[in-house]
Amino acid sequence: MSQESGGKAKAKINLNRVSMPKQAADTRRQTFGEVALGYSAEDAAREAARCIECKARNCVAGCPVAIDIPEFIAAVKSGDLAGASRVIKRTNALPGICGRVCPQESQCEAVCTLAKKKAPVAIGRLERYVADWELGHHPAPEAPASPPTGRKVAVVGSGPAGLTCAAELARLGHAVTIFESLHVAGGVLMYGIPEFRLPKSIVQAEINYVKSLGVIIELDAVIGKTLTIDELLADGFDAVFVGTGAGLPLFLNIENENACGVYSANEFLSRVNLMKAYRFPEVDTPLKVGKEVAVIGGGNVAMDAARCAVRLGASVTVVYRRGREEMPARIEEIENAEEEGIAFLFLTNPIKFDINDQKWVSGMVCQKMALGEPDASGRRRPVPVEGSEFTLAIDMAIVALGTRPNPLIARSTPDLAFASRGTVVADEATGLTRKKAVWAGGDIVTGSATVISAMGAGKTAARDIDRYLASL
Amino acid sequence: MFPIVATEELVPRVRLYRIHAPRVARKAAAGQFVILRVDAHGERIPLTIADWDAAEGTVSVVFMEVGTTTTRLARLKPGDVIADLCGPLGNPTEVENFGTVCLMAGGFATATIMPIARAMKAAGNRVIIVVGARNKDLLFWRDRLAENSDELIITTDDGSAGRKGVVTEPVKEKLERGERIDRVIAIGPSIMMKFSSLTTKPFGVKTIVSMNPIMVDGTGMCGCCRVSVAGQTRFACVDGPEFDAHAIDWDNFMARQRTYIDEEKRSLEICRCPTA
Repeated sequence: MSQESGGKAKAKINLNRVSMPKQAADTRRQTFGEVALGYSAEDAAREAARCIECKARNCVAGCPVAIDIPEFIAAVKSGDLAGASRVIKRTNALPGICGRVCPQESQCEAVCTLAKKKAPVAIGRLERYVADWELGHHPAPEAPASPPTGRKVAVVGSGPAGLTCAAELARLGHAVTIFESLHVAGGVLMYGIPEFRLPKSIVQAEINYVKSLGVIIELDAVIGKTLTIDELLADGFDAVFVGTGAGLPLFLNIENENACGVYSANEFLSRVNLMKAYRFPEVDTPLKVGKEVAVIGGGNVAMDAARCAVRLGASVTVVYRRGREEMPARIEEIENAEEEGIAFLFLTNPIKFDINDQKWVSGMVCQKMALGEPDASGRRRPVPVEGSEFTLAIDMAIVALGTRPNPLIARSTPDLAFASRGTVVADEATGLTRKKAVWAGGDIVTGSATVISAMGAGKTAARDIDRYLASL
Repeated sequence: MFPIVATEELVPRVRLYRIHAPRVARKAAAGQFVILRVDAHGERIPLTIADWDAAEGTVSVVFMEVGTTTTRLARLKPGDVIADLCGPLGNPTEVENFGTVCLMAGGFATATIMPIARAMKAAGNRVIIVVGARNKDLLFWRDRLAENSDELIITTDDGSAGRKGVVTEPVKEKLERGERIDRVIAIGPSIMMKFSSLTTKPFGVKTIVSMNPIMVDGTGMCGCCRVSVAGQTRFACVDGPEFDAHAIDWDNFMARQRTYIDEEKRSLEICRCPTA
């Protein structure tokens, strides 16, 4: 202890974080119930006590929405959970979501003073604890009501970026309407991230909190089809925030990719998460799950798809063209996947699908890869190994290669500027696009990124929209 | 929530519903579709917009009772509501003065070609409509079809009305006779569209079909509806639903349509159960 803490009299700082209980791998493979079970009151008190409330406050700067972390943890320490929630909700309307899905290891926790010594304070787990305490029937803190400004803002898309932007603008007294194309709000929080990582009841409870701030959500409204951005501006909205994400799936473009049994991760996850196809025929949306499933890709979406397929009874292999170290998925999720019995084939790239006489996928021909020189992303570029082809026998494949922005906004708003990959050009510091009175943020600007970076972008844009509205 | 304003049984098991959806009605154009979800446990299904009335704020869809969702839908009455309806989705039919346009319809697509026929007439085309049904009892809207075409040909499989045979035969005869047709639009069951395509291909007549793949979101998010067109993967919901019939990989398309046949049967058995 004395050596780890630098030999000084800091023995009272516990350098080991309190672990969070989770369901055992063999039981959780059978259920869509949440894997991580959350802190008990005692766990939370012990973990909160580790925060030294240092002057550096690096954690706040490490949080894309700048939650006053030491202040909320101090409230947890003193047992004032309502106070802790009030502090969090000053800057973040969705803590139950962020506490679960943020990659804290590369954000707030990465820069925690304790991280230099050993384990950083488990900020995400504490945030989650406070949010769950509140959602367990303690009333949400009332937001300080700003006087109505008489200004109207349309928010396109109800994912993390749109929800955050809307909540922030509503707090500032603007009348906000969110337009959502699907039949439920939440975007990727509902259709993408599975129940076992992010319970949908929590997403809906936090969306209800956003509504309680005065935000109106209109479902089944496809902007670009039902209405256009220009029509929103003509219909009396003073500003528009576009947070439509990156929902267009990429495919491998290899032979027989349109065979039956080959799914995009978006389709597979939408059927499972949004349409609850795992409860078929109690619900009407069907899903076919093979016995031998290949998931192609190495990101969080690939892990989510693989872990859903396991829960539907499949034997799953993740096929990734780089190595384990290069995987973009969170380490925690890779470990969860491994614990659940998912196999990994690294440095492996599919080159075609085989099909049977029913036109169903029956195999995936792959090629081994070797790592070459670093590419533009800084990761070493995989290069094919000659003569290394082999066939994986499968009866289902899920392609999780990433996504691009949906073309509907581009096609219906020709005067919005787009970059080469279909992303909207927006100022990084403000979210303002090249089109008057239109802001954008989240995956539609960055390409597929994280929930919290989308929320940060929503918040940034809201501040700039507020300045703009004040100038009208 | 989207209230049903009126229902009409066109022929047994085929119904037309007029649904209050003002925003969709304001934007609808020939060839587009909507995605609807009947209730909280429902799936999302695509249905072509058969008609619309912007002033009244309604859109009409036609469906045949074939599976769980259409059976649930068929139980609803005027005044009942549909949980979700979004649209108009997909690209409108390309309408211009082509010269002579031949519209081929199979089954209840008779209703969905009506707005296309009207638009083609309005654009100055000579419109030939060829409608096929199994027998005379499955034919409807003969007066409206006549009103919106310059020439109307009806075929039935059993010869009980019009000429005996399938829709492709009169079209083939016309082309063989050297009659000028500048564009064919075929809408109906996949097998009918495939054979329509095979009929016109040797004559080089541009032929458009309205693809009816399985869809989930209908907004380009998932690729469930993907179709191989001229060797390229296209999403029917955002790139279509109308494509050049001669460029489609029909075998792949029809195999994909059968993906959930077993599940659909299982689901329907439960749905038909009297306690449902």
